[in-house]
Amino acid sequence: MADPTDLSALMRRARQGDDEAYRRLLLAVAVWLRTVVRRGLVAAGQGTADGEDVVQETLLAMHLKRETWNEAQPLEPWVRAIARHKLVDHLRRHGFRDHVDIDDYAGSLPAAGQDAATIVDSQKLLAGLPTRQRRIVEEISLQGHRAADVAIRLGMSEGAVRVALHRALKSLAAAYRRDRP
Amino acid sequence: MKTERLIEALVADHAAHRGGKLAQWRLGAALALGGLASLVLFVIAFGARDDIAAALATWRFDLKVGLVLLALVLAFSLCRALARPTASARAVRLLWPLAAATGAAVALELATTPSGSWAARLVGSNSVVCLTVVPILSFAPLAALLAALRAGAPASPALAGGAAGLAAAATGALLYAFHCADDSPLFVVTWYSLAAIPVIGLGALVGHRLLRW
Repeated sequence: MADPTDLSALMRRARQGDDEAYRRLLLAVAVWLRTVVRRGLVAAGQGTADGEDVVQETLLAMHLKRETWNEAQPLEPWVRAIARHKLVDHLRRHGFRDHVDIDDYAGSLPAAGQDAATIVDSQKLLAGLPTRQRRIVEEISLQGHRAADVAIRLGMSEGAVRVALHRALKSLAAAYRRDRP
Repeated sequence: MKTERLIEALVADHAAHRGGKLAQWRLGAALALGGLASLVLFVIAFGARDDIAAALATWRFDLKVGLVLLALVLAFSLCRALARPTASARAVRLLWPLAAATGAAVALELATTPSGSWAARLVGSNSVVCLTVVPILSFAPLAALLAALRAGAPASPALAGGAAGLAAAATGALLYAFHCADDSPLFVVTWYSLAAIPVIGLGALVGHRLLRW
């Protein structure tokens, strides 16, 4: 039996269809990211007000690009690479041009299972989405809500909800890249 | 939106689209599809040289095809490596065997032919055709590879696009090699490389814009 706090094992289980493992993985990464992003922003002389946006943008990228993780490699360097990419991207959009290396202050990823104690709001995430996509994301993001329930509530087919959710997530990622969500 | 709620949305999306093995084959399928389109174009517009049967029996022709095939295999594996967020620019080292093979081919040609013939072998008979037809035959593979790379997360979008350009140029060159009457390694190494440069440049340029994530 694999170590249940091993992030690589969580991702492997997620790929095999274990959604709870996927949730635990994302929560653990979010906790780690919050620290890393805050330190990165401070190191670059920026305020930390946008911190949670960068955290969410990174989680979104990690989700949309999860197929690019090679199971033969540990997950942690892959997560770090995505975090570095997103932090550098964010800083560049805000006029910061120096080299940033998160390895200087990233520390280790925590083991999964730690609670995401802080509940932090991002300032702006859904504002730019079309109404229907926004409602789907809002509905489905309440824990325990399944695509099937949301479909009934919104009077759509389950397949349509899934497609719309996926499109909405991709639009969110694109909106972040343009930096006007 | 709270991060915890975003995570719920991501988990719901994961449940609906677990992705899977398709991703591994996406680049290969793109290359095959783009190569097929170029093959059709090649057959319609260019076709193999008239003495193709005789040429196949010569070592220079086989060496030419071998070099281009090596370039294709290495460029494609480079492209795959660079599609990942963990890729480093050092992955370009994958191309070392190609540099060694082209060097050896040139040395072999210089050692086996009189120095008086080198200039004629280098200039060849249709370098301008080579410089135009290779990029033309590269276009479909490049478009297909770049489209497939959008599913990736390249650490450097420009570098990944450039590698796609090299793989596409090698595909175009592999087809063109059967049309081209010049088999000397001196010609092949010089003009095929020059023909690849605009394709690599285009791949890097488009990749820089299209492959951001």
